[in-house]
Amino acid sequence: MGFAVNILTRSLNVFHLGGSACNNCDIEILDTLTPRYDLERFGITLVGSIRHADVLLVSGIFNKKAAVRLKRVYQQAPRPIFVVAIGSCACTGNMFQKSYNWDVPLDQYIPVDIYLPGCPPKPEAMIMAILKLVNKLRGAPPDASAGKSRAAKQKRGA
Amino acid sequence: MNIFYLILQVLVFPGLLFAAAAGLATSWVDRKVTAYVQMRVGPPFLQPFYDVLKLMIKETCVPAGAARWLFLSAPLLGMAGAALASMLIWRAFLPLGQTFSGDIIVILYLLTMPAVSVIIGSFAAQNPLASLGGSREIKLLLSYELPFVLAILVPVVQTQSIRFSDLLAAAPAVYAPSGVIALVVAVVCMQAKLTLVPFDAPEAETELAGGAYLEYSGPPLGIIKLTRAMMLFIMPLFLVAVFCGGIVFDKGWLPVLGGVLKYLGLVVLVILIRNTAPRVRIDQAVRFFWGPATLAALAAVLAAMIGW
Ligand code: SF4
Repeated sequence: MGFAVNILTRSLNVFHLGGSACNNCDIEILDTLTPRYDLERFGITLVGSIRHADVLLVSGIFNKKAAVRLKRVYQQAPRPIFVVAIGSCACTGNMFQKSYNWDVPLDQYIPVDIYLPGCPPKPEAMIMAILKLVNKLRGAPPDASAGKSRAAKQKRGA
Repeated sequence: MNIFYLILQVLVFPGLLFAAAAGLATSWVDRKVTAYVQMRVGPPFLQPFYDVLKLMIKETCVPAGAARWLFLSAPLLGMAGAALASMLIWRAFLPLGQTFSGDIIVILYLLTMPAVSVIIGSFAAQNPLASLGGSREIKLLLSYELPFVLAILVPVVQTQSIRFSDLLAAAPAVYAPSGVIALVVAVVCMQAKLTLVPFDAPEAETELAGGAYLEYSGPPLGIIKLTRAMMLFIMPLFLVAVFCGGIVFDKGWLPVLGGVLKYLGLVVLVILIRNTAPRVRIDQAVRFFWGPATLAALAAVLAAMIGW
C-alpha cells in the first residue's frame, strides 16, 4: 500500500450522478449522508462538482440520452476516479431492460469499480460498498475491515 | 536584516508553513464542532491534512477555453497574501523583527487578496456558474470592506496609531463601548470574509455547485482549500490582536493561555454562527453591510473620537 493509495482512501469526495432512477436509490444515498451514519468519520464528503470528486456514485439506468451525459461527466472527472454503481438499475438495468430507450448496462459505457445491487440498497450496504472499495484500493481482501487490513499490512511489513 | 532570515520567516514561521498547519488544525476544530452541533462524531484530527494532501496527487483539469495561466496562478496569489498577513501579525506578537508604522493597513490589503484571487480564478475558468460565483464574490467584497475597515478604525482612533505593536501595547479596544460595537461589526464582516454561512453565496454548494471554485481540481483546489483554512486561522487572530489585546508571549504562560482561549472562543463563535444561520441572498447581504453594519461601525468610530 503506497503513500498515494493511503491518502486517497482516507479522503474520498463523492459526486452523485443520478440517471433515470426511480428516485428511491437517490433517497437512500441522501440517507447515507445524514448525521445518523456520519460518513465524515471516514473522510467521505459529498461535493457539488465533478472536478472535486474521487468517487462517482451512479444510480438509476442510463438510457440512450442519459448515457451521453454520463460519458461526458466521466471524462470531466480528474483522475484517479472510481465509479460505484448503486442499485440494481445501475448494475444490470433491473426491470427497465426491456424499455425502448435502454441500450446496454452501465459498465459498457464506463468502467465500474464496485457494484452494489439492491432495490434500493440500504445505507449500511452502501457504507459496506465504500469499505470494499477502500479495501480493494489498498490491496486487502474485500471482506477485511479497515482496521484488520491495517494489521495485516503491519504483519506483512514485519 | 538578513534576507535569508526574512525568506525563512515568509515561508516557514510564521508565514506559509506555520499558517497552513495552524489553519488546517483550526479547520479540524471547525468540522469537529460542526459535528457536535449535528450530534455526530466528526472527522479525525488529521482529516484536513489528508484532504489537502490527496488533492496534491490528483490530476489538474484545465477547462477548455479557460485563461490557462490566470486560472492556475490565481490560487497562488491568494495563498501568498494569506501567508504574508500571517507573518505580519505574528511579527507584532513575537520579537521577530521590526514592525513598521502602517502595517495594519498593509494587513488589511493582504487580507483581501484571497477574495481577489477567487474572483480572478472564477472568471478565468469561463464557466457560467463559476462566473456567477465570482460576481457574487465581488459584490460581497465591496459590501463588507467598508464596515470592516471602519470597525478596524476604532482601535486606531483610540490609540492614535496605525502601528500594530502600539495597538497591542495599549489597553484592549473592547474595554470601551465603542470597541464592543466595533468588535461585533468586525465579527460579522469576518464571517463574510471567510465566505461562511450566512454569507456563503459565492460558493453556494446547493445552487452553484461550488460556485467560484467549481472548475478547480487537483493541486490548485488543494491550494484554495489551504488558503481558506489559513484565513480561518488568520482572521480570528487578527481580530483578537486588534480588539482584545492579542496573545502576549513575554509574561509567562498564563497570558499565552488566555490569548489562545480568546482566539478559540472567537473561532467557535464563527462556527456556531455558521451552523445556526441560513444563507442570505447576495442583495440582502449588500443591504445589510451598507446599511446597519456601516451605520453601527460609523457610530463606533464617532464614539471613539469623543473618547468613549
Ligand atoms: S434499483 Fe430499484 S430503487 Fe434503485 S433506482 Fe432502480 S428501481 Fe429504483
